Amino acid sequence: MNTPSPQGISIQVRGLRKSLGGQPVLNGLDFEVRQGEIFVIMGPSGSGKTVLLKHLIGLLDPDEGEILIEGEPIGQPGVMDRHRMAMVFQSGALLSSLNVGDNVGLYLSEHRRKPPAEIARIVAEKLELVGLKGAEQRMPADLSGGMRKRVAIARALVIEPQLIFYDEPTSELDPLIAVTIGEEILRLNRRMQVTSVVVTHDRELAFGIADRIALINDGEIVFIGTPAEVKANPHPLLHQFLTADFNFDTKRHAP
Amino acid sequence: MFQNLGEMLVLLWRTLRALPFAPRQRHKILEQLFEIGNASLLMACVLSLFIGGVLALQTGPTLAERGLAAFVGQIVGLSMCRELAPVMMAVLIAGRIGSAMAAEIGSMTVYQEIDALRTMNINPVHYLVLPRLVAISIALPLLVVFSILVGWTGGALVASANYEIAVSFHGYFNSLRDGITLMDVVNGLLKSLAFAVVIGTVSCHQGFQTIGGPRGIGRSVTKAVVNSLVLILILDYFLTRLLMHVSS
Ligand SMILES: Nc1ncnc2c1ncn2[C@@H]1O[C@H](COP(=O)(O)OP(=O)(O)OP(=O)(O)O)[C@@H](O)[C@H]1O
Ligand SMILES: [Mg+2]
Repeated sequence: MNTPSPQGISIQVRGLRKSLGGQPVLNGLDFEVRQGEIFVIMGPSGSGKTVLLKHLIGLLDPDEGEILIEGEPIGQPGVMDRHRMAMVFQSGALLSSLNVGDNVGLYLSEHRRKPPAEIARIVAEKLELVGLKGAEQRMPADLSGGMRKRVAIARALVIEPQLIFYDEPTSELDPLIAVTIGEEILRLNRRMQVTSVVVTHDRELAFGIADRIALINDGEIVFIGTPAEVKANPHPLLHQFLTADFNFDTKRHAP
Repeated sequence: MFQNLGEMLVLLWRTLRALPFAPRQRHKILEQLFEIGNASLLMACVLSLFIGGVLALQTGPTLAERGLAAFVGQIVGLSMCRELAPVMMAVLIAGRIGSAMAAEIGSMTVYQEIDALRTMNINPVHYLVLPRLVAISIALPLLVVFSILVGWTGGALVASANYEIAVSFHGYFNSLRDGITLMDVVNGLLKSLAFAVVIGTVSCHQGFQTIGGPRGIGRSVTKAVVNSLVLILILDYFLTRLLMHVSS
C-alpha cells in the first residue's frame, strides 16, 4: 500500500437515493465536501444521517446517484484503497473480543505497518489524547459508553486518515471531554488538512468547529452554509432546530 | 436454506483464495485450535468410548451366537473409522464450535464490528473466516483419529467384559488389525475434512447473515447448527458412495 500525503480529500455526492426496508431514506442528495474543510451534518433523529455516512465510506451502495472521492467514483476498484479514511461509529463499534490497546492498534497490526513496539507507543499516545491514558488492558465491555466512543476516536486517529467521519462524536461525553474532542477535530483539521465530516446534534460543537453546516431532514438537504449563514437563514425548520430549548410550561405543573 | 448455498460457496471460494495469507493469521488459528480442543476433547472422549461400547454390545452377542465373536473387533473398528467417528465428531463440533462461530460473527455483524473492520480496510474473510476454517479443518480430522482410537478401546472393553461376547483384548485387536486397512482410516479422515469445511462455512456465513438484535443472533446459531447437520448427513451419503467407488 502506498502512503499518500496526509492531505485532505474531497467528496462529491450527486443525486444520492437510497431505500432501506422498502422505505425511502435518502431522497436525492447533492452536495460537496471540499478538501480540508470541516463539514457538519445536522438533522432530526432518523433523518438519514448515519445512512448517509455509511454511503460516504462505502459500507452501503446507493440505489441511484453517485459518490465521487477526489473525482473518482467510490465503487471503482482501488479508489477506497488509495485514500485513507476512517469512521467513528455512533456506537463506537469496538471489537468486543480485543482489549482497548489491540482495538486502537488494530489497523497498524493487521496491515503490518509498524513493529509492535512502535504500535504500542502510538496506541499509548492516541489514548492519552482522548483522556484514556493507560487503559490499554481494559476490555470494551468494561467501559462506559463515553469511554468507548473515545477509544473509537483514538482508533480512527491511528489510521492518520485524510478523510474522517464522525457519527455523533460528542454524544454520551461530558462537557469537558466534549470540548477536548471538538478541539482535537479542529486541531487535526488545521494541522494536516484532514477533511472531516461530523454528524452531530451538539449545536455548540457544530458552531464551534464547522466550516460549513448542512441540515438534512427526511433524507433531503434543507440548507447548506457557513455557521453565520445558517444563523441568518430564516428557514422555519432551521430556526426551530437551532433554538429548541427546554421550555416547560411551569404553570401546567402548578396545583 | 438452499438458496444460500450459492452464497456459501462464494464465501468458501473467497476463503480458499485467502489461504496464502493463513501464515499471517497463525496466532488466531492457534487460538481457535486451542478453543476447539478445550471445548471438545473431554466430550469426544466420553462420546467415543460409549459409541464403541454400544457397537460391541449390539453386534457382539449376535455374532457370538453364530460363533463369529472373533469378528467383533473388525466390525466395531470399521464402523468407527468409516462412519461413526467422522459423523459423531462432526455433530459434536457443529453443536459446540459451529454455534460459537455463528454467535460470535453474528454479534459482530449486529453490533457493527464487521462494518468497523471494513472501514479499516480489514477483510472480514481474512480476519474472521480464514482462521476459523483452517483451525476447524485441522482440528476435526485430528479429533476423529482420537475418537477412532477411543472408540476401539470402548469396544474392546465391552467385548472382553461382557460374558456373552467374551473376546479378549488380544483377540479383539487382532481381528481389528486384520480387517482394517489404512484406506479405511483415510476414508474417515477425508469425510471429516469435508464436514469441517461444511461446519465452518455454514456457521460463518450464517453469522454474516445475522440481522436484528440478540434474537437475531439466537436464530442464526440455531440455523447454523441445523443447516450444518442436515448438510453433513446428506453429504455423508454421497461421500460414502464416492469413496466406495474410488477405493473399489
Ligand atoms: N438497515 C436498515 N433497514 C431498514 N431501515 C433502516 C436501516 N438503517 C436505517 N434505517 C432507517 O433509515 C432512517 C434513517 O436512519 P439513520 O440511522 O440514518 O438516522 P440518523 O439520522 O442517524 O438518526 P440519529 O440521529 O437518531 O442517529 C430511519 O428511519 C431508520 O429506520
Ligand atoms: Mg445516527
